[in-house]
Order: sequence, then structure tokens, then C-alpha cells
Amino acid sequence: MWDYNDKVMDHFLHPRNVGEVKDADGVGQVGNMSCGDALKLSFKLDKDGRICEAKFQTFGCASAIASSSALTELIQGMTLDEAEKITNKDIVNILGDLPEAKLHCSVMGMEALQAAIANYRGEESEHGSEDNHVGRIVCKCFSVTDTKIRKTAINNNLHTVEEITDYCKAGGACGSCLEEIQDILDGLWKEKKTESTSSKQAEFLSLPLIQRVLKVQEIIDSEVKPMLEQDGGGIDLIDMKDNVVFVKLTGHCASCPSAGVTLKSGVEAVLKDCLFPEIVVENV
Amino acid sequence: MTDKKLIYLDNNATTAVAPEVFEAMRPYFCEQYGNPGSIHAFGGSIMSKIEHARAQVSALIGATRKDRHDKFTEVIFTSCGTESDNTAINSALQVCHKKKKVIMSAVEHPAVFSLGKDLEKRGYPVSYVPVDSHGALDMERYEEMIDTETAIVSIMWANNETGNIYPVEKCAEIAHRYGALFHTDAVQTIGKIPCNMADSQIDMLSLSGHKLHAPKGVGALYLRRGVRFRPVQIGGHQERGRRAGTENVASIIGLGKAAELAMRSMEEKNTRIKALRDRLERGLCENIPKTKVFGDIKNRLPNTTLIGFESIEGESILMMMDCFGICASSGSACTTGSLEPSHVLRAMGIPDAIAHGAIRFSLSVYNTQEEIDFVIKEMPAIIAHLRKISEGIEH
Repeated sequence: MWDYNDKVMDHFLHPRNVGEVKDADGVGQVGNMSCGDALKLSFKLDKDGRICEAKFQTFGCASAIASSSALTELIQGMTLDEAEKITNKDIVNILGDLPEAKLHCSVMGMEALQAAIANYRGEESEHGSEDNHVGRIVCKCFSVTDTKIRKTAINNNLHTVEEITDYCKAGGACGSCLEEIQDILDGLWKEKKTESTSSKQAEFLSLPLIQRVLKVQEIIDSEVKPMLEQDGGGIDLIDMKDNVVFVKLTGHCASCPSAGVTLKSGVEAVLKDCLFPEIVVENV
Repeated sequence: MTDKKLIYLDNNATTAVAPEVFEAMRPYFCEQYGNPGSIHAFGGSIMSKIEHARAQVSALIGATRKDRHDKFTEVIFTSCGTESDNTAINSALQVCHKKKKVIMSAVEHPAVFSLGKDLEKRGYPVSYVPVDSHGALDMERYEEMIDTETAIVSIMWANNETGNIYPVEKCAEIAHRYGALFHTDAVQTIGKIPCNMADSQIDMLSLSGHKLHAPKGVGALYLRRGVRFRPVQIGGHQERGRRAGTENVASIIGLGKAAELAMRSMEEKNTRIKALRDRLERGLCENIPKTKVFGDIKNRLPNTTLIGFESIEGESILMMMDCFGICASSGSACTTGSLEPSHVLRAMGIPDAIAHGAIRFSLSVYNTQEEIDFVIKEMPAIIAHLRKISEGIEH
């Protein structure tokens, strides 16, 4: 039994804009009946290039129907540039909430919209049929590509295989691709981490010195000091040079034999976490 | 839609506890709460109630052999059908330690099917007997699969989704020809159709209380006298050392009572239930286009029908039915948590696109003609509404 909220039930029982727009400007279908859900979206633009009519046809569960219905309401009056930016999160937001295992229904909505826009522009849709897709098929049961898995993971900040299954069904049937999905996620987030840390470092080092000092002082005051004070210790910020922070341990910490450990796995770890991993802390 | 009366047509999932069963159980919670294993009369006297329940269950399945102390010993109480299934198969693999091969049907309930998949991972060769498009077992393939290396064959007596009844007696005979043990998951059968283990070749049989108007959390394993057995749950000496753990006294007594009730005028009840089932099936198929009954129509449980509604998805059908207070089930992906459609319909070669729209109605003695007629009246609009939404989707 799914715990659908009133909004989802309302869109399911009284779906808006069912059908197919006559002389549609853009039409997109994603999914198919074998996979258990399919959505066909069609829209028409007015003379200003805004969506004046959008309709859907859906084969699927209650949340697939509700997501489709919500989507057609959401895109009314939008230009295609605006509509293009819609993500599955926007669809979930309208519905309030969807059960985790049903999030793929909102992803299907986003993809149908993108497919319909691509159709209008005369482009190939990346959510096309099995033999017309971008990337390599990873999940054979639901024809999900590595490209889609990466994209879904980035858009929704997903780190586990279960989350991927919830959002795009990949791995939800025979399960033989679960390890491969994990590998894709591991690779993806490792890449992302190095990308984002080096940019974090560059951003920090480009700040004026006084800004950098204030930032470090703030972290020391809010995160580090309370930790040391529990053992009767303290810490003062002395100086900074590039990515090296000079501090002086005070109180019990000053004479503590484990001061070195405190410095590295305590103070330095906190700063690495809050700023960037290249930061080094030295006791003076 | 708001003033809804419950119409429960999901009795293969679980049944209501019969009021008589509940009454029989009632004293064993706050009053007669003693442990049947105790020496004092307050606890010890309860053992005779458990033995009475064992006699009642034995009578229902025709397990009439007694030991020399005039006791029924072929029924072991367990916690559920799944435990009985697991115990039977795991025990068989231990007592036939030199043989490793397992055979089961491709349409077993997950209680057996998932165990098969798990045994494969643990290195046991497991073969699955295929079925045809009506779900009937391919006996020729079964005979090809079995050999003297086979430790255990497990074939369900009746399928939970289609209601198909399988020729278990014949299957047991073949198993014995090759020296294999034979188990049947009879969870959907016991209490619904007659069963006589005294004249049977079946070695082990699993049944579950909550499918026959006893409570959840109690089941039984029939173990033919003389069949070698190795307990799976180890501990105290309960159930003659064959299933350790303090007896679930109230539920066992409830199961005994439910067994007794099931035996009463079974044929008469079945005639009535079957008439209602057929009325429902006819009513839906005649009033709703593109509808198909799955399964072996001539060889089914009297209470079950599995109906496919083309081009719509099972969960949305069930959700709309729920708004009318009608409870049924679907083998559809979206309701089970898994994203795959039912492995039973897949094994029957039903295309996924149709399998997604299959709804199982399962009746009990408590259903009325008025309820069935209400379902026949409401279903066409539900199906039409959903088909309108899915119209235009290309397969």
C-alpha cells in the first residue's frame, strides 16, 4: 500500500489535461507498456512562443498519472526555454511528496517534456527508443543508460544504488546491473569531489586575507573550540599563509601528550571538512 | 465514494479470523497463559489442547496415522507457511546430504521460489519446471529434469495468483521413482479443497493458518511418518524436538478450530463460492472489453480468478477500486515493491504489457452476491476511466 497524499490522489482521481493536443507543436513519448509505465506529452505554443495547451496520456500507476497531470499544469504559459529547465523535483514539489520508490514517475514527466521540446525543435531526443539513445545501456530490464544514471544522480544528488532505482528504475528488476551502477556512482562522485575541491581551494585563496582569517576564525570558534573546551583546552589563531593555518594550542592542550593527534585529526580534520582538503594546520 | 463498505476479495492474501476461532483462542491470553512444557498442571494441562489442535489439523488434511501411544505425530506447528516451506526443503537437503539437486515449478510462491534462488547462490543446482500459457505444468520437462541425484522436488498444490491446481500426487510418484523426497506448498489449497494424506505419496506439505480463517503467525508442516527429518530451528524439545520454541498456544488452538470449521460442509461452501466467482468473472468479462481470464480455467481453486485488463496498469486499477472499498490484488510491478511484473505471468509467457494489468480476485465463504454485483456494476467505469488516460500510448 502506498501512502499517497491528498494532492497526488486528487491528480490521480481527477487528472487534468488528459488527451492529445490537436495539431500539436511538440509531442514526446517516453517509457513503454512492457516496462510498466509510459507517458506521451503534447503541447501547442501561442504566438509569443508560450505553451498555451498541454495534454498527456499515461499508462502507469497512480503516481505516474498524478505526475503527468501535475506536469501539464506546471508548464502552462511557459516559454520553451523556461520549460526546458523543469526537473523532476519541480513535479514532486507540486505534488507535495511522492513515495521514494515512486520518484521515477516524476523523472518520467521531466523526460517526456524534454522529448516533446526536442521534437518541436526537430532534434533527436536523448530519451528516445531503445535503439536511439545516448550512452550505453546498463540496466537491460528497463533500458537505462549510463548517461541517464549519471544525469539522474547529479540532478538529485543520489549516492546509493537504491536511490538510483527509485528515481529511474535501473536495477529494479533482475538486479544483475547493481554492481555496475555502484561503480558508475563511485566514479561519478569521485570525479565530482576532485572537481569541486580544487575549485573550492581556488575560491578560498582568491579571497582577501582578512576574509580568509575571518572564515577560519569562525570555524575555530564554532566547531573547534567547543570540542577542545570539553577537555579544558583552548586554541588561538596565530597566522595564515596560503593553505597553511598557524595556531597555538592553549590550556590543557598545550601540555597534553596527545596534542599532535588533536591538531591533526581534530583541528585539521574540521578545517579540511569545512574548507578544502588541502588545508594544513601547524602548531607554533 | 466516501460512504464505502468494505468488499474483501483478497482472500488468497489473507482471510478474516472466523469469530468461532477468535472465541476459541480468547482464554489463552490472560487466563490460561501457562507454558505447555511446564510440570505444573496450570501450564502442563495446555499440552492436551495443543494435541487436540493437532488432531483437528490432522483430520483436515487426512493425516490419520497415529503412533503407538495413539497420538497424531505427522503435523508440526510452525510460525507460518514460509517457515514450513523453508524447513521442508532445507531439511531434505540435509538428510540427503549426498544429493544436492532441487526441482521446483517456475511459478512457486516466493516462500519457495526465492529459497530456490538462494540455494542456487549457495551452490545447489536448482531446476524450475516450466508451465504453458495457461500455467499448466510441463510434466514431460519435469520427467526430463529429474534424476537419481535429485534430493527434493517441491511443487505447489495450487498457485496463489491463478488458482491453478497442480497434479501433486503424480509429481510425488515420479519423485519417488528417482528416490527424491516430495514437498508441496499447499498454503492456498488446505481448507479450500479436500486433502487426504493417508492415501498420498506426498512426503511433506506446508499450510498456513491465516489463509483459512485462523490468525497470522501460525502454520504447520505435515511430515509423513517415516520420512527422515532434520530440524532447522534448534533449541528446546517442543514439537518432539522437531521445531524448537515455546508453542504459540492461542494461535495453534485457533488453527485447530479453523481446520475443524473448514471441514464442515466443504463441498457445499465450495459450490457457493465457485458460483460467486463465476458470476464475477462472467460479469466483468461480458461488461468490459479487452478482458481476459488467465490460468487453467477447468482446473482451478473455486475461489480465485485472475483477470487481465488490457492497456492499463494494475496499481492504478487497485487504487481506484480502493476508493469504492473493493480490495483485490495484482501481480503488477508497482504494488509489490519490486519493479518487475509477476514471475508467474512471465513464466506463462504473458507479455509484460498485459501482465501489468492483471487483477486477482479471491473470494471466501463470507462474500455475498450483493458484493459481487456491486463490483460488476462499478468496475466498467473504473476501467474505462483509466483506459481513457492511457489511450494513445503506443505499445
